[in-house]
Amino acid sequence: MLDYDFMRNAFAAAGIAAVVSGLVGYFLVLRAQTFAGHALGHIGFAGATGAVLVGMAPIWGLVGFTVLAGVGMGLLGERISGRDVAVGVVLALALGFGILFLHYYTAFATQVTTLLFGNVLAVDRSMIATLVELGAVTLAGLAAIMRPLIFASLQPELAEAKGVPLRFVSTAFLAIVALAVAQSVEIVGILLVFSLMVGPPAAAQRLASGLWSAMALSAGLALAEAWLGIAVAYYTDWPVSFCIAALSAAGYFAVHFMPRRSRPGAGGLAEEERTVSPS
Amino acid sequence: MNVIELDRVTIAIGARNVLAEASFAIQRGEFIGVLGPNGAGKTTLMRAILGLIPPNAGALRVFGRPPRRGDAAIGYLPQVRTVLPDMRVCGFDFIASSVNGDRWGVPWITRADRKMIDAMLAAVGGRDLAKRPLAEMSGGERQRLLLAQALFGEPRLLLLDEPLIGLDYRYQEAVIDLVRRFARERGITVLVSAHEINQLIGALDRVLYLGNVHAALGTVAEVVTAPVLSRLYGADINVVHANGQIFVLSRGRNVEHADHLHDEDHDHNHRHERHRHA
Repeated sequence: MLDYDFMRNAFAAAGIAAVVSGLVGYFLVLRAQTFAGHALGHIGFAGATGAVLVGMAPIWGLVGFTVLAGVGMGLLGERISGRDVAVGVVLALALGFGILFLHYYTAFATQVTTLLFGNVLAVDRSMIATLVELGAVTLAGLAAIMRPLIFASLQPELAEAKGVPLRFVSTAFLAIVALAVAQSVEIVGILLVFSLMVGPPAAAQRLASGLWSAMALSAGLALAEAWLGIAVAYYTDWPVSFCIAALSAAGYFAVHFMPRRSRPGAGGLAEEERTVSPS
Repeated sequence: MNVIELDRVTIAIGARNVLAEASFAIQRGEFIGVLGPNGAGKTTLMRAILGLIPPNAGALRVFGRPPRRGDAAIGYLPQVRTVLPDMRVCGFDFIASSVNGDRWGVPWITRADRKMIDAMLAAVGGRDLAKRPLAEMSGGERQRLLLAQALFGEPRLLLLDEPLIGLDYRYQEAVIDLVRRFARERGITVLVSAHEINQLIGALDRVLYLGNVHAALGTVAEVVTAPVLSRLYGADINVVHANGQIFVLSRGRNVEHADHLHDEDHDHNHRHERHRHA
């Protein structure tokens, strides 16, 4: 399987996008902003088709539009960016624009499928280089704001009192999400961005309660699902994106319905009384 | 030394005055109960002390200077506590997130910080909370965690906004007792807001009653009287002493108790709204 150049490229590209998506996605799930992530993918569709229309590579249109939209959502404020209706309206508008751009560039049908559902097997060397650069920028950005981001995500009221600039942190984070979305679109496509950005972190969050362990697990799961997906696709001839999406869903549901082990010290009042008695 | 000083301070939210020309001073080491009807400005006053809301007029001084946002000398337990429905982060990481949480970069905490978190958890009787996910904690356990967090970092002033909501009355007493002991040993000034004066009565040095844009600071005997409270509530108030407890009544109805029920209801709505976004 690894004898083929395009397979090696596919594994490399999927690996980069998966690790980035797994890490960024962990915070997206922690902040309950997954819908915003979904919308950013759709907004990227308009950017990608627009870029092709003016003769640019789709990925740069994707990056430009998603980052712009992410910053816009962030500036509209903590409330708006989490509000489903506003996000939904912008999302539909963006898809509409995507269709408009397509209308003027008719010889584009196969590229649309690629954009919507991804085509990791068509990734070439130069795209891998681009993904490495984008991935490095994304992770560097995430590392730079990680401490206040975690604080603001877990307890916004206290973070504000302690001097964390909430609006800036949330805007910067959405820009970082936008970059991660653009990378993951190359692998699984706009419609299946969730399979790398939400499935693995959601599963990881249920399995691990430490911040670092959950983050590592999220990246690991995304990587495993992406690579396994490509391998399954190779042997079955099913589309790669389907295989990754199916594995991501399977992973999430397996964890979700897994019986939770009973925790020690979870007793009711008796426990409360014992640990609480004042003097 | 006065830790908090208000000199004819007016604070407005939008067009509505919350406090008008209020003057009082709180001394170092005092344990102050902050009381008053809903909307009287208990939370607003704390946010002003934190430097989140600038006064519209007058001089507000904290530690002898105008309040600054992010003052490390203030430990704060906010009233509105966002708890995302599926937050599975463990108690230790929850507290650790607030340690230097306003600095940039990747979060790592020193061994000394780690030790102090453990010590604060032990102080509130919550050692077992360190490894438990937040989503599995009861309201009382979460409260204990937040209290441990507020005590972290050797604060000189503690602002606890409604720390007793959702706790049964025996545990309320334990929490107040613990804060009072902790503060007394270290000379920490404490402001605790609550719905009912009886929740705090054994621990109070003085009481700060807010209402009707006015503030009254003094001992319980000075402030919790029919004339003072009638002015603050803007209604005819009777104060009844019975069994060492104080009941604040308006036409025979216990006003503090009614407020409390209302606020709990509000709290539920808030949480419900949060769920919808998930």
